[in-house]
Amino acid sequence: MQKLESRHINVHYGTTQALKDINIGIDANTVTALIGPSGCGKSTYLRLFNRMNDLIDGIKIEGQIFVDGKDIYEKGTNVDSLRKNTGMVFQKPNPFPKTIFENVAYGLRVNGITDQKFIEERVETSIQQVVLWDEVKDKLKKSAFELSGGQQQRLCIARALAIQPSIILMDEPTSALDPISTAKIEELIHELKTKYTIVIVTHNMQQAARVSDHTAFFYLGELVEFGITKEIFTNPKREKTQNYITGRFG
Amino acid sequence: MKTSYKKISEKLIESLLFVSSMVTSLTVILIVIFLFKEGLSVFNETPVEAGNVIAVNKKNPLSSLSSEQIKNIFDQKITHWNEVAGSKDSILLFRLEDISNYYTDEQIGENFEHLPECISKVVDSIPGILAFFPEKYLSKNFHGKKIEFNKIALKEFFLGKEWFPTAQPAAQLGVLPLILGTLWVSFGAILLALPLGLAAAIYMSEIAKPKVRNVMKPLIELLAGIPSVVYGFFGLVVIVPLIQKLFDLPVGETGLAGSIVLGIMALPTIITISEDAMRNTPRAMKEASLALGASKWQTIYKIVIPYSISGITAGAILGIGRAIGETMAVLMVTGNAAVIPHSILEPMRTIPATIAAELGEAPDGGLHFKALFALGCILFIITLCINLIVEYVSGRKTHKAH
Repeated sequence: MQKLESRHINVHYGTTQALKDINIGIDANTVTALIGPSGCGKSTYLRLFNRMNDLIDGIKIEGQIFVDGKDIYEKGTNVDSLRKNTGMVFQKPNPFPKTIFENVAYGLRVNGITDQKFIEERVETSIQQVVLWDEVKDKLKKSAFELSGGQQQRLCIARALAIQPSIILMDEPTSALDPISTAKIEELIHELKTKYTIVIVTHNMQQAARVSDHTAFFYLGELVEFGITKEIFTNPKREKTQNYITGRFG
Repeated sequence: MKTSYKKISEKLIESLLFVSSMVTSLTVILIVIFLFKEGLSVFNETPVEAGNVIAVNKKNPLSSLSSEQIKNIFDQKITHWNEVAGSKDSILLFRLEDISNYYTDEQIGENFEHLPECISKVVDSIPGILAFFPEKYLSKNFHGKKIEFNKIALKEFFLGKEWFPTAQPAAQLGVLPLILGTLWVSFGAILLALPLGLAAAIYMSEIAKPKVRNVMKPLIELLAGIPSVVYGFFGLVVIVPLIQKLFDLPVGETGLAGSIVLGIMALPTIITISEDAMRNTPRAMKEASLALGASKWQTIYKIVIPYSISGITAGAILGIGRAIGETMAVLMVTGNAAVIPHSILEPMRTIPATIAAELGEAPDGGLHFKALFALGCILFIITLCINLIVEYVSGRKTHKAH
């Protein structure tokens, strides 16, 4: 059984079709990169896995998404617990207007955990996981806005890890960061792979090549090619893929 | 040739813009200066209207009286001179018309030509007398003692418990009841409007479907456009009788009626400003909260409200500001009793309502007139403070979010 699977996914925003019949299976403990030019539907696709698209008015979703073999778009699905099992990292660092500690503790608190000692331990391990502990351990009570952009993004990853998800969705997590912070996050993705299933949307070809095991190339709402990253980048089967990864368009 | 023409027109436009901005700023400054010049001059006045004299027997050791003492004497609450550090005699009030008790019309003379002399003799003959008469009847060799009036003191003005600017012989200018009335009514208004406004703002920005919001928002903004006299009329016809019935009061015109009307008037300000602030919460921040398994309501009260708290505060304070300055509606429903309120169910009088109600009957340049300007100054300072607080609170947000 695959960790994540989409079957015949069609998504419409009003009259425009954003995704056309997407079928992908993603194994546990792998990194899958979603690439393609802007507006190709890769972010929309990513956000299907924790039902973030539900918030958008006038969206119509057809098909099935399986997480651990269960269709999450079936009636009666508990969306909150689905999201608790799925960490999400966004394009820009988006810490809450709270202290560093409270940012990471947030996911635990909203899920009803009140044991302060447990929260403290979980916050510490989560921040250690993203290699931020030494930088922030003395200022946990300070506002998260005082951190640099790269630190904020790692804090946001720690925030996602604190609720111990099995899946991490990343929507262009390094697009607002400098090269050094980007390198740190990529390194982190490598380490996290052993524990989590990661899906990452990226505009950066090199990043996709560096961090992912599988790559899916989207174009105008269609899945053009999906396969092992090495093959996609060295020996793509479709001409469109070849043109995109060599920078001829997009 | 063409470029120089362009330059000249450019200069012309620039100077036009400069002049208009200068004119507006100057107007504002001039109004403020005028307000304070008139308002502060009340402290150079004595509470007894110019042209009148208060005199006592020359053996009386008394030298000055405050306006409150004068009033109490004339109300016969003070009946003995030793209560105001005077002689041991009891007080005998003497007004101009009382002269007929002492002298006949012939003695006074057909054209009152002997009146000053007669007054002088009366004052001289009665030890406990307090005489109040126009200055023009003051004899050249007056045998009594003229009393000096204290100027109106700041303390007396702000802490005086009675507002009775037309009282004779001494005006009572205590603004405390008016300030308290204003604060009670405004505070009550905000107490009613804040929870309701906040709830509506949350609903509109976070929960309502776009269709519902597109109907509600213009409706609420329409509420801001209704003239205040209409609110007042509505309050007078609907709310006042309702309160009277509900609380079984002798009159329905109470502070509560004013609070309700003002609360309704403050709602659009509170709702629109705090709703805008909430809608400014970055979408990504809300999504991050939801992605962590938070429910919609958890996201609202743990993320959206803390993020937009400065905007919400600004809306609330501006709402208070509107309530404090509002005149017409309050004038119509609060009952306008200038006494220190003890409960919200009593008639009250606010500062703006006082100015509006009394300015018409205050003689130009007189004491009453100046006192009303001083009230205007107080109101100006209160609203200025409110605006400064709003400025500070909303400035803090831009600093934080950078």
